[in-house]
Amino acid sequence: MKILSIETSCDETSVAIVEDGRKILTNRIYSQIDIHQKYGGVVPEIASRNHVTKLPYIIDEALAESRLSLAEMDAIAVTNGPGLVGALLIGLSTAKAMAYSLGKPLIGVHHIEGHIAANFLQYPELTPPFLTLVVSGGHSHLVLVEDYQTFKVLGRTIDDAAGEAFDKISRVLGLGYPGGPAIDAAAKNGNPEAIAFPRVMLDKTRYDFSFSGLKSAVLNYLNGKKMKNEAINPDDVAASFQLAVIEVLVSKTISCANSIGMKTICMAGGVSCNSLLRKMMGQAAAEAGMTLYYPDPILCTDNAAMIGSMAYYNYINGEESDLSLNGIPGLKIGTRQ
Amino acid sequence: MNTLTIDTSTIVASVAILNEEKLVGEMIINHQKKHSEKLMIAIDHLLSDGGLSIQDIDVFGIVSGPGSFTGLRIGMATVKGFAQALNKPVVGVSTLESLAMNIPFAGGLICPVLDAQRNQTYTGVFHFEDGHLVRDMADAVMEIDDLIAFLKARNETIYFLGDGLPRFSQILQEAIPTARIVPNYLNMNRASSAGTLVLERALKGETSHYREVEPFYIRPSYAEEHKK
Repeated sequence: MKILSIETSCDETSVAIVEDGRKILTNRIYSQIDIHQKYGGVVPEIASRNHVTKLPYIIDEALAESRLSLAEMDAIAVTNGPGLVGALLIGLSTAKAMAYSLGKPLIGVHHIEGHIAANFLQYPELTPPFLTLVVSGGHSHLVLVEDYQTFKVLGRTIDDAAGEAFDKISRVLGLGYPGGPAIDAAAKNGNPEAIAFPRVMLDKTRYDFSFSGLKSAVLNYLNGKKMKNEAINPDDVAASFQLAVIEVLVSKTISCANSIGMKTICMAGGVSCNSLLRKMMGQAAAEAGMTLYYPDPILCTDNAAMIGSMAYYNYINGEESDLSLNGIPGLKIGTRQ
Repeated sequence: MNTLTIDTSTIVASVAILNEEKLVGEMIINHQKKHSEKLMIAIDHLLSDGGLSIQDIDVFGIVSGPGSFTGLRIGMATVKGFAQALNKPVVGVSTLESLAMNIPFAGGLICPVLDAQRNQTYTGVFHFEDGHLVRDMADAVMEIDDLIAFLKARNETIYFLGDGLPRFSQILQEAIPTARIVPNYLNMNRASSAGTLVLERALKGETSHYREVEPFYIRPSYAEEHKK
């Protein structure tokens, strides 16, 4: 079964064709990052304007690259939330019109469930159940994937998403946007033990995250240095901040997996590209006798292939969307409305 | 030639199917902006009640702007999706010329006014000559006072319509003695008005490819306008 999938939830315009949920035939991604960089973050109106202009081109590119025609598609899938509502509506309106014109099923997909499914594309042997750490610019969740359709959120951020914290700290350090790769790169030249930033663990028996206290601690440190006219080393700040985030993510993930007796862990979302997170989670999982999976960076950032993978499992489990499918900015994991 | 025209540029959602013989059907909902939820269902009903399928449509029409940015894109992305899937051409028409088409026998100037927020209006000026719409001023975003100054100088009967009226009708009537306010049932967006222009242009071969047709925002985004 070949599914054409569309993802326009934030600032990537992406179109993919995925076969049977596991095989990528094409995965075209147009990133608007250069456009938004000069604003220091994603501007929703500009993202939407670019989606509506670019999407038809990206669809044509995907078809050309795969040497397939729209008539050969068995279904059309689209992200319907969470995300920027104006941006979601571009993919959604196009997908609905295409599915209707072709007389093919329409399948709405949850963006975060898509991120999790990116692991299915990379690892043919991977099947549920497993625990996933989803970390991106907008999300920080620990999700138990019981089967392809059953997602249980065991932990979530109570304030900022991990990627949001990276963006903010990167901005104040003058390292630019997006913050994830910028901090990762700067940290490689810094001393992670230079500054002892707090590790906010919250309740030890729960698996929620909080990054706003850490963010304030970094800002206070920078202000304090400024007041005293002391120079700072941005690489040291980046490295120390990053270590504080990663230690919390790793420790919460491993203790959550232990508490439910889960031996398989996945990571998903843009922040799972972080090199220190990959290294430290790998070590911690190995020590705990767990198997760790994470997709290649191209499948960690927003892309339509992950949507096509999840759509397949939605469809074979009887899920099909109707023409009233709407874009829902705050769509909860495991829900459709 | 069957045309299907969509207008989601304002709070009104409207769809019409027209061919050379007749207006096959039209739907106008002037209620809430739930265009994303309602649009495809309305199109499906209109096609099936009109005894047609989407494959019978030869040209897709779209009211491309000005108007609500999100509304314009819902209609545009839908039309692009149809045109790309079915490999059919598209005709885009201005929201303002479409509104002017609501009142073809008005003897005088026609001035659609859309509410553009910040005491501004998206507006244009038109009149009819031998049954054809003629443009007297390009679509623009203007301060309402500038529009008044421009129109007063013309000293002609001027018919006002569009969703800017609740906000501007009083000031327009006070400032311009020759101002006439078009009654409610004719002053809102109707896809049959746009569709008439779509059909005219399609018959003349004035169509666009789905990759070329774009929303006509007039205004840059707020972030671009305020970029230091």
